[in-house]
Amino acid sequence: MLDAPPRPLVEVTDLKMHFPIHTGVFRRHTGDVKAVDGVSFSILPGETLGLVGESGCGKSTVGRAMLRLYEPTAGRVVIDGDDVASLSPEALRKKRPTMQMVFQDPQASLNPRMTLARIIGEPLDEHTAWPKAKKLERVYELMDAVGLNRRFANRYPHEFSGGQRQRIGIARALALNPRFIVCDEPIAALDVSIQAQVVNLLEDLQEKLGLTYLFISHDLSMVRHIADRVAVMYLGRIAELSPRDALYARPLHPYAEALLSAVNEPDPVRAATRRRIILKGDVPSPANPPVGCNFCTRCPRVFGRCRVEKPPLQEVEPGRFVACHLFDNTAAGRTGASEVPEHNQQGVTQ
Amino acid sequence: MAERAAPVLEVKGLRTIFRTRGGEVHAVNDVSFHLNRGEVLGVVGESGSGKSVTMMSLIGLLPAPPAENRGGEVLLGGRDLLKLDTRALQEVRGARVGFVFQDPMTSLNPVFTLGDQLMEPLRKHMGMDRTAAANRAVELLELVGIPDARRRLKAYPHQFSGGMRQRVMIAIALACDPDVLIADEPTTALDVTIQAQILELVKELRHKLGMAIIWITHDLGVIAGIADRVLVMYGGQVVEQAPVRELFANPQHPYTRALLRTIPAISGPREGRLKVIQGQPPILMAPPAACPFRARCDYRHDRCDRENPLRRAVDGRPVGQGHDVACHWTAPAPVAEVIHA
Repeated sequence: MLDAPPRPLVEVTDLKMHFPIHTGVFRRHTGDVKAVDGVSFSILPGETLGLVGESGCGKSTVGRAMLRLYEPTAGRVVIDGDDVASLSPEALRKKRPTMQMVFQDPQASLNPRMTLARIIGEPLDEHTAWPKAKKLERVYELMDAVGLNRRFANRYPHEFSGGQRQRIGIARALALNPRFIVCDEPIAALDVSIQAQVVNLLEDLQEKLGLTYLFISHDLSMVRHIADRVAVMYLGRIAELSPRDALYARPLHPYAEALLSAVNEPDPVRAATRRRIILKGDVPSPANPPVGCNFCTRCPRVFGRCRVEKPPLQEVEPGRFVACHLFDNTAAGRTGASEVPEHNQQGVTQ
Repeated sequence: MAERAAPVLEVKGLRTIFRTRGGEVHAVNDVSFHLNRGEVLGVVGESGSGKSVTMMSLIGLLPAPPAENRGGEVLLGGRDLLKLDTRALQEVRGARVGFVFQDPMTSLNPVFTLGDQLMEPLRKHMGMDRTAAANRAVELLELVGIPDARRRLKAYPHQFSGGMRQRVMIAIALACDPDVLIADEPTTALDVTIQAQILELVKELRHKLGMAIIWITHDLGVIAGIADRVLVMYGGQVVEQAPVRELFANPQHPYTRALLRTIPAISGPREGRLKVIQGQPPILMAPPAACPFRARCDYRHDRCDRENPLRRAVDGRPVGQGHDVACHWTAPAPVAEVIHA
């Protein structure tokens, strides 16, 4: 299904990012934090893929490993025809203009000693040999595009509010006309009224410039608003990857179901009648994940097989991918899947 | 009901300022509200709206200077907390009012065990000896759903996850059976599934212990799920106050209305572009002489520039008892289908 037209712009295959743990006096390598443990997905040109999950699930690490801000342990990351994960340093540098990132914390990701014009123009200094005047013209153009007044070009980041700083970060990411942008929790640090401004800007820019986004967030309502398809991660693996409407209307993976049911709806009438699945306990450590399914320690529908065998991510309905034994593609599994809505859910308190 | 039972806590005309190098910042401006027994009062607003400062100033948690009280009354059990000395206030804080802070990572002392931190208020305020305090501490940890409680007394905060630490914070706040629990964004730093656990826990505890809760948050979703009544704050003042269903079905203040439309829905039809509120909340260097929201308001007219609107009743009941709003503009009647019960 991946080679069906149109061709994806981004194809991630079995991406792994393990961070070694060194202990003792001799700093021996005694284990790995498996932050990302075999993640595969693709993103079509002009599409927004939402990547959701709780803190520590590895969603930000996926974004960073994809752009080689970390050296991935294994896997392929093909962006616009090149495998970013295996490019030589020089080739990677040439590749950078096509793929950019917007960071979570606009406070920390902008150099406080650089003016706005220098921050936004820095990628141009690095990757182009343009004359000064042309660069400044481009900086002004970018400031217009993200809604920053040109008069602010010589000011410093601390003079701006959180929402405006995020606009600076976005302008910088756009400087080299990228095709693909990883948005790593771009609104998490902002107030609700400001979040909407930044999200609208990202949507406008996508429409105008044909950008492709990986939108990493823990805010499920906002992801529903902006994404075309959504991948739900849990402990370093994708639990479910589905088109947005299908996922929010009827999540298949028990974790996706619990996660969506936990979202607080701003409607007291619905809040009073909704069934919430309250998961017990905490997420296990990624240094020591469970033997079987990563979710087996908290899953309300766990059964024997889950504790011994990791379920692979497979297509269970057209366009919907789920990593769960309940939805096994074999004949036996299929009958199991059709019974799912009737399954008794432990852990349902309301 | 609200009229009959005497409120646990009553705040009248509270004003607090901060002395800064740039002058006085008027953070709390004539805030009045009451809290009934067993009630959850939600307080919403953006950062800088004065919601946390209001609640901290009423139990003397703000460092003075720079904070300074400029009038008002805070009545708890017949006493005005603003008139108490530090010592008496300390007693009130531990024993009658519990406080849960936003960040469970930083509000526990990393060098003391959980047992020490839980037992401190018990020994200090309730005069318990070590054994009695330890037993009560175990009871409290069990109450907030921490398994294997007795062994956990010897654990240090870093050995707990964020959700567990917030449970411990709640246990500490509950230690002396307070009449009022003030929770300042207690679930903001937590993940959604853990947030759901804590919300369930608080709802359960409220029924079990019958205490009154003030729940400060910027998350309208949380408010919808937990609050009975809501105060909307802006510019250090209460701009709207209503029972929770009424507020969501029939919001009156332009700020409340805009706030409700900036958040995307998790169900139902998908909106186009999100509604935005342009600009920033104000920093008030003088007591507000005009409506603090006017610069960002879609319905601004001359009067808003001249006169800070007083709270007025929306549903005919006295201000503070039913639905009231501080705005010169009158919102049109809601569409019939959105009114529930």
